[in-house]
Amino acid sequence: MSGFSNSAAIVGIGATEFSKESGRSELQLSCEATLAALADAGLTPKDVDGLVTFKMDNSSEIALARELGMGDLRFFSRVDYGGGAACGTVQQAAMAVATGVADVVVCYRGFNERSGQRYGQVQSWAATQINSNGLDNAWSYPYGLSTPAATVAMQARRYMHEYGATSRDFGVVAVADRKHAATNPNAFFYGKPITIEDHQSSRLIADPLRLLDCCQESDGAVALVVVSAERAKDLPQTPAYIAAAAQGSAADQFVMTSYYRDDIGVPEMGVVGRELWRQSGLKPDDMAMAVLYDHFTPYVLMQLEELGFCGRGEAPGFIADGAIEIGGKLPINTHGGQLGEAYIHGMNGIAEGVRQVRGASINQVINADHVLVTAGTGVPTSGLVLSREVG
Amino acid sequence: MSDPITEQVKDHDWIMARAEEFKAMGETEPRLARDPVNQPMINNWVEAIGHQDPRFADGMAPPAMAQVWTMYGLDPTRPAKDPLHGTMQMLDSAGFTSVLGTNCDQVYKRALKVGEQVTITSKLDSVVGPKKTGVGEGYFVTTVNTWRVGDEEVATMLFRVLKFKPAARAPKVDKSKTIRPMRNRDTEFFWEGTKQGEIRISKCNACGELRHPPGPMCPVCHAADRGYVVASGKGTIYSFLTHHAPQLPGKELPLQLGLIELPEGIRMVGELIGEDPAIGDEVDATYEKIDDDTTLVYWRKS
Repeated sequence: MSGFSNSAAIVGIGATEFSKESGRSELQLSCEATLAALADAGLTPKDVDGLVTFKMDNSSEIALARELGMGDLRFFSRVDYGGGAACGTVQQAAMAVATGVADVVVCYRGFNERSGQRYGQVQSWAATQINSNGLDNAWSYPYGLSTPAATVAMQARRYMHEYGATSRDFGVVAVADRKHAATNPNAFFYGKPITIEDHQSSRLIADPLRLLDCCQESDGAVALVVVSAERAKDLPQTPAYIAAAAQGSAADQFVMTSYYRDDIGVPEMGVVGRELWRQSGLKPDDMAMAVLYDHFTPYVLMQLEELGFCGRGEAPGFIADGAIEIGGKLPINTHGGQLGEAYIHGMNGIAEGVRQVRGASINQVINADHVLVTAGTGVPTSGLVLSREVG
Repeated sequence: MSDPITEQVKDHDWIMARAEEFKAMGETEPRLARDPVNQPMINNWVEAIGHQDPRFADGMAPPAMAQVWTMYGLDPTRPAKDPLHGTMQMLDSAGFTSVLGTNCDQVYKRALKVGEQVTITSKLDSVVGPKKTGVGEGYFVTTVNTWRVGDEEVATMLFRVLKFKPAARAPKVDKSKTIRPMRNRDTEFFWEGTKQGEIRISKCNACGELRHPPGPMCPVCHAADRGYVVASGKGTIYSFLTHHAPQLPGKELPLQLGLIELPEGIRMVGELIGEDPAIGDEVDATYEKIDDDTTLVYWRKS
């Protein structure tokens, strides 16, 4: 176990409602979520001295601080690579409070991703930016490979070819997520479970991906409050100790188009997994549940393999027979995931991990002493292990 | 050639004025069906449609046959002032030369019986326009036909067509919307190559390493001295997908995209041409010029 492990905790979570049209600005959404998270932690904006968000977020740290009347900020940071940033924001905050660089750090993410700029559409700006990312995208966008679903479809087809996985295997993830969302009143798809047949008859988006393999597009915001383990003891909520927090990028890494490696897939999640197990001294079997980033179902299967829950190509067997549903051997995405609850770039998944550790999830898993949360796949990514008690 | 009629300005006001004249004429004189309702015609019709109802074998005519009884023969002599025919000719002369059926609503008051002989009348109901539609600008022309036995109405039909000026056909996709590749001094050689119909693979002049996508420094030996080799233009499909949604700028959907493995040991993304691609299929490079700066590589099944 590393010295960093369990030296910080998430002590507050907050969110707006999740919708398709929030009717207010992205900055306002982030302000609301931050206030809710601070209230949950028993703290006020005046206590905050650090802020972290995604590089992609449209609301700067200083804008949020101004709106909430925060004072001096001693730490501010942004994490790159789309949804891969989610757990990375918590890692930044944890490192800041563990080293004493800051005392109270809020991680936030707010957007009108459905009513405003939709990531599921072609983002022409991504191919025209004058930097190395723009140059990278020159090898895919001009040909028409320019939506997230299509970039994942290329990986999914190869995975099917290599390991005999089928579209139905991908559908198992969607069915589990929607089952969990169906009982979560905060989920967009509350009360709307699906069957595998629904999945199989949903329209093709980027063959082999169907509509129900793709997550929602959502408006909303989530904020998390991170303090040191020491400080956490004095606050009202059961702390979700950060047993491990890791980022990962692998050799020959690209954003969504890491197609030039000998073996394609998501080895960057393997980097995250190995680091999470090293930092925490825990192993996959110790996880009571997992929140696995699910913008597209095939990557959930590939994550299970990279994180060591099963061997390469074994995920279709691992997830069968309700294994990833509540009551199964590894329930995933008990809030409904991004397919079922909302797409808040993975931050709502971290909040669910915290609820599980607190024992406060709507779909509570028994003995949730340790839970795993991952961030966006296909991109440089990140992950967390959250624990109920300092081990 | 001078024709005083065609030189008249046939604008919207002229069209609507002519339409009012047709409407003012009201119903045409009743035209008697060529034959009475008869069992042989019913038999032919139900056989073609696939009806099994025993009532139609026993003297009752399917109501949906209404129009059948008053069909013109092969040498039609239309009534001089048929409002539909007249309105069509009028719009033709104003340049609205194409026609598209849009609505046909039939109402049946009762079924006809063998031996009855119907008449038909027609009148112009409305001319509405000009409307901009997907096929071009035009007028919706609605007529009403009424079938009677004696004075008894047995069926009516509201029939609507769009009479339009065919719009200039827009190209299916606007290739000028294609997203252009960002390029710099490290990658320009590749795009110069595609313009000349070749795939250039970056080669380290120090250690010989080939790579794609290219960059400024050899990841193996860190030499910045680089050149390129020209690929054979052969490849195999390593993976592929078919993009159905959402719409893509400059592309026609569905769009097949492949990850192509080249025998030189690199992979490239490109559009795939050809039906039913499969992993392992052999493909050949082909080139399409998008504009003076950009030529893209496509892959066609060998």
